[in-house]
Amino acid sequence: MILYLLCIVLFSIGLYGVLRKRNLVKIIIGLGIIEYSMNLFFVLLGYRFQGRAPIDAQDQAILTMVDPLPQALVLTSIVIGLGVMALVISIAIRIYEKYGTFDITKIKKLKG
Amino acid sequence: MELHILLLFMIFAAIIAIEVKDLLSSVIAVGAVGFALCLAFLILKAPDLAITQLVVEILCLIILIRATIKRDLPLVIEGRWVFNTISTLAFICLFLFFAWLALRELPRFGEPIMAVVKKYLQEGEGRTGAVNLVTAIILDFRAYDTLGEATVLFTSVIGIMTVLRRPGRIKKK
Repeated sequence: MILYLLCIVLFSIGLYGVLRKRNLVKIIIGLGIIEYSMNLFFVLLGYRFQGRAPIDAQDQAILTMVDPLPQALVLTSIVIGLGVMALVISIAIRIYEKYGTFDITKIKKLKG
Repeated sequence: MELHILLLFMIFAAIIAIEVKDLLSSVIAVGAVGFALCLAFLILKAPDLAITQLVVEILCLIILIRATIKRDLPLVIEGRWVFNTISTLAFICLFLFFAWLALRELPRFGEPIMAVVKKYLQEGEGRTGAVNLVTAIILDFRAYDTLGEATVLFTSVIGIMTVLRRPGRIKKK
């Protein structure tokens, strides 16, 4: 339970970065931290005490395995996170080229 | 116990990454969070995830450093500092409250439900021939998920190429 709570605390630090910071790179870093904490949370949900890694091998003393389903889903999620991060960073680089700043309050044309 | 220490280290590094002024130091601190996550995956008996996280983390660091190097931080004057901070903290407290309500309904740590995965565990090796059960799930039982992942990746590549493309020259009359 304490581990879950620590994971949620990590999530809220990322949330604070996204909501409060004005620098675009800081916002992107906050998004990355949120993604890390969610991946870790899913893997924590599938952990089992005295389990072994979900790989079948000969002559294993421990028979119980940890849950492989969250691991498979998180594997997909990590790779998608890379794609999202690259896309967001490229948009930030483009904005820097156009406006010369990462400060979101100075980018007037983004206002609706 | 190791997991607690690793998670505390991750929280510490995340706070540094959010709060430090220099952008490059911030990127390096977030790299520390990612590598600690890689270690946590190893402790949680997920070696495939650890390998993938390592590769993805290195790529992310390269991309982030590309974005931040040689770019000076503009002087940010915080307007309405008190109001912004208080509203953000209030929102986070609300989020923590609901998260706590939800966490009480979850199974305890170390005792997963494993209702869905029971079938995979029994039939996995016989039906797919894969020794690694994560591979069996990701490439066989749930192959459409992986197809969707590949679609998302290629869409992201197309998006990056579109955004970072040099604009064409306008022809002079």
